[in-house]
Amino acid sequence: MRLLEKVFLKSLWVFHLATGSCNNCDIEILDCLTPRHDIERFGMLLTGSIKHADVLMVTGAVNRQCIPRIKRVYEQMPKPRLVVAIGECALSRGVFMQSYNCPMPLDHVIPVDVYIPGCPPRPEAIMAGLLKLIERRKENRAETGRENDSR
Amino acid sequence: MAKTIIPIGPYHPLQEEPEFFILTVEGETVVDIDLRIGYNHRGIEKLCEQQTYDQVTFVVERVCGICSTSHPFAYTQAVEDILSIEAPPRAQYIRTIIAEGERLHSHLLWLGLAGHFLGYNTIFMWAWKLREEILDVMEILSGNRNNYAMFKVGGVLRDIKKEDIPTVQKKVDSIVPTLKKLRSAVMDDPVLHARTKGIGVLSREAAIDYCAVGPTARASGVARDIRKNSPYGVYDQVDWNMVVTENGDVFDKVLVRLGEMFESVKIITACLSQLPEGEIDCHITEVPPGEGIGHIEAPRGECFHYVRSDGTNRPERHKIRAPTFMNLPTFKKTVIGGKIPDTVITLAAIDPCYCCTERMTVQDLKGQKLYTGEDLIRLSQEKTDQIIAEMRR
Amino acid sequence: MTRDEILQQITHRFSEEIIGKYEKSDKRVYFDISVSAIVPMAQFIFKDLRARFNIASAVDGRERMEILYHFTAEDADLVLSLRVILPKSKLEVDSLTPVFTAAHWIEREIHELFGINFKGHPKLERLLLPEDWPEGVHPLRKDYKEWDPGAIRDRGA
Ligand code: SF4
Repeated sequence: MRLLEKVFLKSLWVFHLATGSCNNCDIEILDCLTPRHDIERFGMLLTGSIKHADVLMVTGAVNRQCIPRIKRVYEQMPKPRLVVAIGECALSRGVFMQSYNCPMPLDHVIPVDVYIPGCPPRPEAIMAGLLKLIERRKENRAETGRENDSR
Repeated sequence: MAKTIIPIGPYHPLQEEPEFFILTVEGETVVDIDLRIGYNHRGIEKLCEQQTYDQVTFVVERVCGICSTSHPFAYTQAVEDILSIEAPPRAQYIRTIIAEGERLHSHLLWLGLAGHFLGYNTIFMWAWKLREEILDVMEILSGNRNNYAMFKVGGVLRDIKKEDIPTVQKKVDSIVPTLKKLRSAVMDDPVLHARTKGIGVLSREAAIDYCAVGPTARASGVARDIRKNSPYGVYDQVDWNMVVTENGDVFDKVLVRLGEMFESVKIITACLSQLPEGEIDCHITEVPPGEGIGHIEAPRGECFHYVRSDGTNRPERHKIRAPTFMNLPTFKKTVIGGKIPDTVITLAAIDPCYCCTERMTVQDLKGQKLYTGEDLIRLSQEKTDQIIAEMRR
Repeated sequence: MTRDEILQQITHRFSEEIIGKYEKSDKRVYFDISVSAIVPMAQFIFKDLRARFNIASAVDGRERMEILYHFTAEDADLVLSLRVILPKSKLEVDSLTPVFTAAHWIEREIHELFGINFKGHPKLERLLLPEDWPEGVHPLRKDYKEWDPGAIRDRGA
């Protein structure tokens, strides 16, 4: 299982989910793929299907119509799964906090592993966040010695 | 022939208005399309009624990330219409420069994604690499790559420093050779012609009936550009041309946007060299009761704001109309009658949300045929490969 | 056609239906019109004067509702706004969708956000709000109250 974990962290495939965002965060995620930032050098790949994904990147202020869909996407994800919240909207909803159509922040809907603040976060920040996620998972493994947690 | 329903969507992270498309197909041909939007509805119009006039600029900036200049621009125009004032000349120039920078990066973004859908990932990478230069310019001018926070009612918040101008000019000039290369890559490629000519045609009459705006209308021969029709900012003081083409197909929409990028470079260069000295703000203290309308040309078309004031420090009503609201329904005209592999590029041609297409699923109601969004893009890319193979023969 | 010609044609043709006229500036003119006049006037402005339909904005004025229909006459650089005033007791107006397709979506939007009925609209369904939104709650009205007890309105810190 050690090997599996090692392989897992070397090639995280990310799936990107927008839940009522203003697009800037989404564009910055796509920007990570382009030549200047090139996230693929860390083994990360943006995938088009949730069934292939290890990391769920969520942007946006979680609008009412999206809540059931976020849950469904999260359930369809194979384990182990990680969730990253990107942008002020996904963290606390930012300016949309009082909006009638955004009833709750993302971490009340699904559990979140890493929060990347910013409106929008720079591509560098997104990459730094994802690398931290990998680091933290490695440390946790070393401390607890658990091989495979349920999430 | 059996009818097949294709749901597309609902996530559309790249545009202010996400939708859920339901395509009905017969064999290979699309016979009907229905739309369901609302996956991104955040109640911004209500939020604006709860903020002060100065705060609203920052809220409307977050309507759409790509148009984060257009909405504040239209909003400040609307409030200035209530007050019957105009921003000082230097502020007008700065506004125009920022708005054109946004048009450049928005069109490049679109070009890259359109290339991706057609299986030309080289165009995607080139265009997005070029876009980074523009984002650098925006960062020098405003301090942020997106969401510039430059606008305020009666002026702008930040001045352009004299020592920045040469750097900005150099960066803007540096994209022109690559842009030319991209343009010739699109114009001279027989495969791209085969994939985009005569596809997704929006006739002139339909464009008028649907009240299409922006490049979508201009590609169909409707010469409609707020920058020319009702000049705001300093568009009447610099020299530029409106790009209009006749055919209304995907190819023409590409042409219009490519042409506009060169015009934008021209406008920015002229503005930077003519930039007058003076105030950048006219210090407004209160907004009297009344109503005002502001409309400007965003990268995707006309962006329209209506503001009603009742004399307090908050707007009583703020109506926002983004350009895609008018352009999206034209799908009914352009997609129906087309083939499935062409749907992706036709949907992308008006510059709507792209990631929607990454989340498409095709389901055969009776059979077990199941396509995902990737499959549809693959279908589109395979068709390109086929055409290439045929041309080689 | 120049600005004055357009205004003159409208006032001449619809002298009875126009209740009030307000010229805010060279580029902005507002007409208050009677509710029944909206279809013929919009048709005239769109078809004969060849103006473009921008959008309609509804306003909740507490005692009454207003709908403003904005048109742009491109050559004359003029934005015309037709205002109809609806009493709160009878929120109903004729649909413009049969005249031009561009009105289809905005009428659906106003219908769900303000609860105004558009007579003759081919498909007056939800456009923006989710399926589980309660019937009869219109968020853009001034008297809108939070209806969802589960909503969280703090930063969650
Ligand atoms: S965090 Fe900011 S940039 Fe990101 S989606 Fe929200 S409003 Fe847009």
